[in-house]
This record gives sequence, C-alpha cells and structure tokens, in this order.
Amino acid sequence: MTGAFIPLDVMASATDTGRRPSSLRVLWRSTIGKKTVMAVSGGILLLYLIVHMLGNLKIFAGSTSFNEYAEWLRVFGEPALGEGWLLWVVRVVLLTAVIAHIVAAWQLSRLDIRARPVKYAHGRRRATYATRTMRWGGVIIALFVVWHILDLTTGHVNPLGEEGRPYENVVATFSTWYGNTIYIVAMLALGLHIRHGFWSAAQTLGVNHPRRDRALKATATGLAVALTVGFVSVPIAVMTGIVS
Amino acid sequence: MTLMKLTLRIWRQAGPDEPGAMTTYELDGVSPEMSFLEMLDTLNERLSAEGEEPVAFDHDCREGICGSCGMVINGDAHGPERTTACQLHMRSFSDGDVIDIEPWRAGAFPVIKDLVVDRSAFDRIIGAGGYITAPTGSAPEAHATAVPKEAADLAFENAECIGCGACVAACPNGSAMLFTAAKVVHLNALPQGAPERESRTREMVAAMDAEGFGGCTNVGECATACPKGIPLFSITRMNREYLRALRKG
Repeated sequence: MTGAFIPLDVMASATDTGRRPSSLRVLWRSTIGKKTVMAVSGGILLLYLIVHMLGNLKIFAGSTSFNEYAEWLRVFGEPALGEGWLLWVVRVVLLTAVIAHIVAAWQLSRLDIRARPVKYAHGRRRATYATRTMRWGGVIIALFVVWHILDLTTGHVNPLGEEGRPYENVVATFSTWYGNTIYIVAMLALGLHIRHGFWSAAQTLGVNHPRRDRALKATATGLAVALTVGFVSVPIAVMTGIVS
Repeated sequence: MTLMKLTLRIWRQAGPDEPGAMTTYELDGVSPEMSFLEMLDTLNERLSAEGEEPVAFDHDCREGICGSCGMVINGDAHGPERTTACQLHMRSFSDGDVIDIEPWRAGAFPVIKDLVVDRSAFDRIIGAGGYITAPTGSAPEAHATAVPKEAADLAFENAECIGCGACVAACPNGSAMLFTAAKVVHLNALPQGAPERESRTREMVAAMDAEGFGGCTNVGECATACPKGIPLFSITRMNREYLRALRKG
C-alpha cells in the first residue's frame, strides 16, 4: 500500500535528473538577487567616490600639486604597469558596476511599476525624500557622469579643454554658471542617493540588524554629507576665488 | 452619545472584468463604538433595504486574528490605527469626515468585487515552502527538540503574520517581501524548519517573484502598516537567508 499514495509530483521529483539552474542565474532572475547586484555595484561605486573626492581636495594645494597628482595617476605602477593602465583597470571595473547597477535598477523599476497597475484614488506621500528620489536622482547622476567625462576627462565640452592641465580645466568649468549649476545639482542628487542607497544595500545584503540600524543610518548620512560637501567645495572655492 | 454623519467614497466594481469607480454615500447615525466593518454593515443594511447591491468586503473573525478583512482607508491599509479594519473603531473618525475606502491595489491581488481581492497568490507562496515536512499521526515527545529562547521569540514574532496583505497594499511597489519574510524567518528560526531551510527560502522567493509582486526598495511602509507588527528586519533576515541558500547551491 505504501507508495500508492505518493503524489505524482513527488514521484516525478524523486526521479528528476534535470539539473537546477546555477546559483548565479537564479540570483540574477530573482528580485532579491538583482537588489544584491545593485548593492554590490553601488558599494564599488561608493568606494570609488570616496577616493575621487579625497583626490579632488588636492586642488586646494595649488595647480602644480593637483596636476602632478593627476599625472601620478597615469604613471602609477610603472614600470610594472604601463602608462594609464591603472586608470583603464579602474574604468573597466567602474563601467561594469555602472552597467550592472543601471540594468538591475531598470528591470526592478519596471517590475515595481507593473506590480501596481491601478493607483490609489486617495494617494499619499510614501517614503522619505531620499527614498522617493532614487530613480530620478539616479537618472540625473547618470546624465551628469556623461557630461562630467566629456568635460574633464576628454575635454570635449570643457571651456578650456587643454590636455595635461586638469587644474586649469576645472577652474574653467567652474567659472561658468552652467558648470556650477549642473555640478552642484548632481552632487545634491548624489548625496540623497547615497543616503538611502547605503542603508538599503545593508538591508539587501542582510548585514543590518536592530542593534546596528542606527549606526548604519548615521554612517549613510555621514557619507552622504561628507561626499556632497567634499565635491561641492571645489566649485565653491572657484566661485569665491579661493582656487583660481 | 453623539452620532456621526459621514461621507463615504467607496470603490464599487461589479466583477473582476467590470469597470469600477469611487461611489459616494452619505451615512447618518454612526456611533463611535462601532467597528469600521459594523459601520459598513449599517450602510449595507440600508443599501439592501433600498434595493441596491451591498458593498462586498472580506471579513471573518472580526477579532483581528484571521486576516480576512482588509481595505485601504484614506490611503492607509487598515486605516489610521495600527490594527485590522475590523478592530478599527469609528472613534478614530469625526463627524463630517469624508472617508475614502479602496481595495488592496496590486497586480497580484486582482479585484473580485468592490473591496474583495483575490489573495490566492499568498497561498501559492505558502505552498512553495511555508511548511515543515514531518510525520503526522503520533505527537512527538515535547522535550525531544529543544528550541533556544531567542529562536522561539523570533519565530513567534514572525508567526504573528495573519496574511492579510496590508504589507502589499501599503508598499509603493506592491511587494510581498514582508509577508514572505515573516514565513521564511518563522520556519527557518526553528529546528523543525532546519532540514528545508535552503529549499524553502529559494522556492518561496521564486514563487513570490512569479506572482508578479514588486521588489523591495526598503521604504518601510509594509512594517508601518502591518497590524501584527512584523518588523522590517524580517526582510533583512530573509535577504540573508536567501543569499545563504544560493551559496549552498
């Protein structure tokens, strides 16, 4: 008699020889997995931003010091590495992180929007400002990065655009009203993005804990403020004539 | 006792594929002692007497423990108090108030009629792993499996979920993460749930995604709306469990 009552699907699974999809595939297909990709790629970008911001502060040491620092980034690791290799390694890592971050965000946002096809008649503001502006803030930051690269990496849209003179190029950008506006708006969006993103990443990766929550939120706010203030200090210094 | 006069704007929809609209009703003689559902009963008695179709809404125990009732009241799942709609009392409102009453809004919770939605998506998530596999028929010796106090507390906290769906209704993404997390954390915390810890987590999350719920953006509205106080940290724990399950393959 035993066995007669085993449901068909149980018997099928007992003799199932089909292999399960790999964990990475499962990860990318699931909403939690895509959030994990966003958390990890966001973390890589955040680490880069901290280094980038600290490097920017070199501008306060003057033209020679800043330009020498920029040159050092090019020749870093020589003779083991060739000129500019470090920069290209960093660029590949960053580009991969940015693409992963944007693709996951795009796919998750589409799912989220589709999950509520009919809106509430009695709507109300949900979530904090930083949380609500994640998507549009992200778009603003992405557009900013395109401009920023054309401005200070390739020099195409820079008012001066001289190779090997990053200090002078920076001063040229922040001597224009639009340069300052674009930069400061983007940095404010970045601060808000980090404020929610850092804590949210801790949630997604499962590292948050009731006892750790306040510290993580404080760290998120601290990082957001430090990065925004650090980045914005450069255009303000140019505007006020501290850097010229 | 002062009776209240209210203006109710209720979502009326005759069937799953019928168009719906917010319909306005004036209701007199509402006492502050009434529960929100009793207030709707009063309206329905009048509508029936007038030959109109009464407002359909889910309800069962009316004690706040079954998870049947649920409606979005003035934009809040279960209304302004942190409880179920059946345990919400009219003293939370004032004379002359305009109250908007809508069904849970989620693609995975299609409207059946008026305020009644189909929540069988939750049943399918449970079916994917919200159980333990154990021989039934003879009760095991109660002391055979020791449960650490911390694990018992965690399991109890999450076992309080009544599956009402307020978390989905309140989430701007219509996400079922808090519901799924409550079940995963509850069972994974206990030794009885340990043998299926990884498969449960993987399969319940897969079932949740397959139903078309949105993802979690850590807004926290679910935990604020939850009448049983399932903490947001349950989602953190489920994320941890999920990544652990994938690592174990």
